[in-house]
Amino acid sequence: MTALQERPEQADRHDRGLSETDTERQSYLRAGHSLGSWFFTRDHKRIAILYLFAITAFFMIGGAAAALMRLDLLTSAGDLLTNEGYNRAFTIHGVIMVWFFLIPSIPNTFGNFLVPLMIGARDLAFPRLNLLSWYIFVLAGGFTLFVLIAGGVDTGWTFYTPLSSMFSHGNVVLAAVAVFIAGFSSILTGLNFIVTVHKLRCPGMTWDRLPLFVWAIYATSLILVLATPVLSITLVLIAAERLFGLGIFDPKLGGDPLLYQHLFWFYSHPAVYIMVLPALGVVSELVAAAARKPVFGYKFVAGSSIAIAVIGFFVWGHHMFVAGQSMYASAVFSFLSLAVAVPSGIKVYNWAATLYKGHISLDPPFLYGMTFIGLFVVGGLTGLMLAMLAVDVHVHDTYFVVAHFHYIMVGGTVSAFFGALHYWWPKIVGRTYPLVWGRLAAIFIFLGFNLTFFPQFLLGYLGMPRRYHVYAPEFQMLHVLSSAGASLLGLAYLMPLVYLTWSMRYGAPAGDNPWDATGLEWTTPSPPPKHNFDEIPVVDRPPYDYEIEMEGEDG
Amino acid sequence: MAETRSVAEPYRDARQQRDAAMLGMYVFLGSEIMLFGGLFAVAAVMRLLHPAEVVEASKALHVWIGAVNTAVLLTSSLFVALAVDCAKGGRRRGTGAWLFSAASLGAVFLAIKVYEYSLEHAEGLLPGLGAPLKVSTPVQRAFMDLYLVATGLHALHLLIGILLLLVIAIRAASGRLLLPERAIVPVTAGLYWHLVDVIWVFLYPILYLAR
Repeated sequence: MTALQERPEQADRHDRGLSETDTERQSYLRAGHSLGSWFFTRDHKRIAILYLFAITAFFMIGGAAAALMRLDLLTSAGDLLTNEGYNRAFTIHGVIMVWFFLIPSIPNTFGNFLVPLMIGARDLAFPRLNLLSWYIFVLAGGFTLFVLIAGGVDTGWTFYTPLSSMFSHGNVVLAAVAVFIAGFSSILTGLNFIVTVHKLRCPGMTWDRLPLFVWAIYATSLILVLATPVLSITLVLIAAERLFGLGIFDPKLGGDPLLYQHLFWFYSHPAVYIMVLPALGVVSELVAAAARKPVFGYKFVAGSSIAIAVIGFFVWGHHMFVAGQSMYASAVFSFLSLAVAVPSGIKVYNWAATLYKGHISLDPPFLYGMTFIGLFVVGGLTGLMLAMLAVDVHVHDTYFVVAHFHYIMVGGTVSAFFGALHYWWPKIVGRTYPLVWGRLAAIFIFLGFNLTFFPQFLLGYLGMPRRYHVYAPEFQMLHVLSSAGASLLGLAYLMPLVYLTWSMRYGAPAGDNPWDATGLEWTTPSPPPKHNFDEIPVVDRPPYDYEIEMEGEDG
Repeated sequence: MAETRSVAEPYRDARQQRDAAMLGMYVFLGSEIMLFGGLFAVAAVMRLLHPAEVVEASKALHVWIGAVNTAVLLTSSLFVALAVDCAKGGRRRGTGAWLFSAASLGAVFLAIKVYEYSLEHAEGLLPGLGAPLKVSTPVQRAFMDLYLVATGLHALHLLIGILLLLVIAIRAASGRLLLPERAIVPVTAGLYWHLVDVIWVFLYPILYLAR
């Protein structure tokens, strides 16, 4: 794994790679050292790094808000935060984590870095737009933080009317403006990916040779472009109601508060797939690289991404089973929500089939991949329970729902994010990290996560409602367990920060292809040069073209 | 030489770059349709829940002013199409002149719209400005709220379009925009203009002709 020939001083075994290798000197990381060369860059790889910094910061802020909440929930009385303070804490947590970490996490960092490399292009279709999108994102994020911390918003990330439009005391309008601005960043990024995948594939890179990660990013981009504007107009209507009294959602003025929920979830349920589809794409890559086999049913895995994106647009009503919508509408939405599990199931079964009789390596990326699969299955199956009308009426707005979507978003997407980070880190910085620490962090994340969120399934089933910090004393045991798990999880999330940073200087040079994987990104030097490919590659083979080991050959 | 100069970094040739720009604009317009789609959904819900009241509310609007504005906007789209034709033929001054005319018609549309708003304000129909409203039912109030948001958002889009066309008109006429090599710039701007126009073509019957 350590590419000895890459060591700056090949004879010197004590040189841990501190000095620069030749590859590094020509890489995108060294192409310009000034601040301007980073902040005005049009290189998709550098923009990806900019995003990585930004979303790491937001992840920590969102995490800090979660830590406050878990600390407050240790006792059944609300003794750390006031009622208003608790409402604000979960609003910060939700708004920051959803719009400023989960939605941009994998697409804007790894999508930016990898899509051009994977399809054999020199950059995204619109490099300047890409940079603009980062600036919009950072502007919106900074503004959101200011609003959430300075004034505070207590509506939760969903901004439900009439609470948000008529009763809330916080800066709902400013928060809505901030999320509205962030939406532009999403739309521009999605647009950029769609055009790039359509128009910049290298010769021979046909649609049925695209890496599954690119398929997933493409499906995600479709949702970004088509769903985000609906959120924008909804937020405009909220702001119009609060500022000018234009009561589209105010029943007193002839409006309909439920209409808000329809419009909001028309965006926000597909947004769940914005968060999880890229993760599914990452895991497809991790599984193929770990099993060293072609992906089982490639076309079905690729098509299921598109199917999830399409069906995801028609399930929003399952958020409103108890909100008073027509029973017949609920029945249809219930059926459609069950249907979306089919393409998700296809992926899980195909990963299992890919691993079957594979030569599986238990390197950190795959440990994260397995973490994802396990937690995604639990989150998905509980999602099926919630899609059933009768069960949902019982557990609606309880911790059961909270546990369900954290299994998908944190257990799923965040694990996949760390999996991607560990898998492509050698490509991004050109150095390897200590695998032992990678494995330990993956295991701690898995344990910490389950300890945090499994008790919440029980809490919810026993009737603990979400968004309350004063609760019945009999729930305390489970809350303490959950908070203990959260501390472990928080520490585990900080571990990679340490050893990955360490590896940038002290890690051994990685070589072009440390995992011995297929894919055009592994044909470039690590880290890649500014223009990715000296010559645009030509693809003449199917994806995941691993040599299949026959029985007995291995000895 | 001009051909190679107009190809930017990630592209292999001018054709690929042009295709990417077209697709990019189409995707963007798709997102714009979804933006207004939310408002059309609101209008549909309102109409389905309260058909009679919506018809009453719609009758209070100035249908003829809206009709004139529709004609103005459709004519401007014709001018944009002529400008695109000039640009593809490399006729710089024609491109500039037609784009300028289209932008002017856009400004005429906005002027008429402001006049219409002021009439409605005087009649006590326009919410949001603090004046006492003379609406008969809550539904009429909601309808006028929707009317203001929808036409206001459309006017904002038109304003952006006017500025866009003016900038391109000046650049085309002065020769800073290389024509016909960079005809893609007026072509994509024209697509945006046509979409803003088409959105009005839908807004007009939904708001004014629901009678």
